Amino acid sequence: MVADVTAQKENPKTKIRERGLDLVFLIFLYFILSLILISLLYPLIFVVSASISDPSAIMAGKVVLFPVGFSLKAYQAILDYKQIWVGFSNSLFYTVAGTLVNLVVTILAGYALSRKDLVGRNFFIFLFAFTMLFNGGIVPTYLVVNELGLINTRWALIIPQALSVWNLIITVTYFRTSIPNELLEAAQLDGCSDIQYLVRVVIPLSAPIVAVLILFYAVGHWNEYFSALLYLNDQALYPLQIILRTILVQNQVDMTMMVDVRSYQAIQAMRELLKYALIVVATVPVLMIYPFVQRYFIKGIMIGAIKG
Amino acid sequence: MTILDAVRRSQFTASTRRQSLEKTWAKVKRGWQLYLMLLIPLAWLLIFQYWPMYGAQIAFRNFMPGLSIWESPWVGLENFTKFFNSYMFWRLLRNTLWISFYSLLVGFPIPIIFALAINQLSSGWFKRTIQMVSYAPYFISTVVVVGMVIQFLDLRRGPINLLLQTLGMSPVNFMGSPEMFSSIYVWSGVWQYTGFSAVIYLAALSTVDPSLHEAAVVDGANRLQLIWHIDLQTIMPTVLTLLILNMGQILNVGFEKIFLLQNTLNQTTSEVISTYIYKVSLASGVASYSYGAAIGLFNSLVGLILLALANQISKKLTDTGLW
Repeated sequence: MVADVTAQKENPKTKIRERGLDLVFLIFLYFILSLILISLLYPLIFVVSASISDPSAIMAGKVVLFPVGFSLKAYQAILDYKQIWVGFSNSLFYTVAGTLVNLVVTILAGYALSRKDLVGRNFFIFLFAFTMLFNGGIVPTYLVVNELGLINTRWALIIPQALSVWNLIITVTYFRTSIPNELLEAAQLDGCSDIQYLVRVVIPLSAPIVAVLILFYAVGHWNEYFSALLYLNDQALYPLQIILRTILVQNQVDMTMMVDVRSYQAIQAMRELLKYALIVVATVPVLMIYPFVQRYFIKGIMIGAIKG
Repeated sequence: MTILDAVRRSQFTASTRRQSLEKTWAKVKRGWQLYLMLLIPLAWLLIFQYWPMYGAQIAFRNFMPGLSIWESPWVGLENFTKFFNSYMFWRLLRNTLWISFYSLLVGFPIPIIFALAINQLSSGWFKRTIQMVSYAPYFISTVVVVGMVIQFLDLRRGPINLLLQTLGMSPVNFMGSPEMFSSIYVWSGVWQYTGFSAVIYLAALSTVDPSLHEAAVVDGANRLQLIWHIDLQTIMPTVLTLLILNMGQILNVGFEKIFLLQNTLNQTTSEVISTYIYKVSLASGVASYSYGAAIGLFNSLVGLILLALANQISKKLTDTGLW
């Protein structure tokens, strides 16, 4: 805009004509982006509206944007649905424990690889980065996990995913560019060992990258379903996403939970309502933390982009 | 440190080979704690990434559960020829390439256009809102997104079909039509990932030199010309880098989502290489690990070759490359 003003002084006549064109362009832009905004938001609003609507309104296809009638029956049903809560607490465990392991492994590797005086640094970085280009495939990986005796244990969802190379690269880049080298020299003069330096100096200065890592890893664990599908077959260990798949995708709902629902139609309606409420319940925890970490999230992608 | 480095380097040129080896060894010894830090990550890398690569040799053996990998007999390329000659091969290749190509064609340029458009807005609530809303779907799990797709496209109660009916058209069984599958996959992906993918371009756009814009405006450029000649040129290296990376992924179409969207009605167009590997090896009663591993290896190798090719082409044409 500043540029526009200065330009206008230089050559007012041509500028006015182009401003007109630019104005049309801008109005068009706002119009299109508003349409995009609506199409992004509509599915989310619809799901919430449907989840609190009257079951019969859903079956009749009356819910378009806003809730029709009001009922919290679906949420009540979820409260009584034992499997969902088993899944919920399992997912919470995998997310917290898994993210902790991720943080330790990523920061240890990230710091060591960020040190230019590490002999063999390029070789180690190559070892890590190569796995982004080529991997053994799911069958050999499954066989390794099987051979280690991790199948059907909680560890199967934590240890094989202990590190994401992409996050490691972001971390290395952060340590290399954001922690001043002079600090290391000063600490070394004071007789500080590498481990002490990492714990006392580097980690306290790394809040932004730790936030990024927590966000990426935690969301990854919370949303993970494929590893559970591969490595677990004990229902008591299933994470929420597997339960969600059974209900949302395979359409298998345990109706014995709903004692007060009798007729076939009512069961059908309840089944649909339950799905919408479940989508809300499963998504809200992630969407709720997200506005608070949003700026870190953008920062993380930007750190990645520098390296890109 | 730089002075120390210089001193060390001058010593290096002067010293004999034995001395330099000693120096390196001294450096290794001084940094022993760094190697200690690398111990766990490296062990993980070797066990969970390189051991499977080594284990991928079962693709050339006839591996049977009960026997260990090393005890299973070698069969050479038998598993590969079996795959190439199977009736599924061309179907899988066609489906995989088509879904990939369609995703790339639609899913690659849209975030760029979106970022360029967002970049035109002056900062304010509208810009903040659209950015925040556009990232949100990225955080919704694949299972939930697929659940939503199924609900939305439901033949009787889904809002899309209700809309079609209000417009006087007959409802469409989206999830049951093979010809709809790739579009459902691609466009739900656009909904989920456009905002997220645009962030990287927005980051690149923030590096545009404002004086370039000023100069261009003085020369009488309009907004579209500014976008085309300055903004797009600035982010071109980022665009190319991501394009190369995407080329390498062309056979790795989103396994999770495709697997969840599949049903018996749309199988003819929805079965791709990765879902097929899972079905023949890990999900089936008679697990044929070797066959699955062979298909997986074929998949990885083609991916690597495509990536290298894209990288070479990009380097020739634009000097931008991953290596």
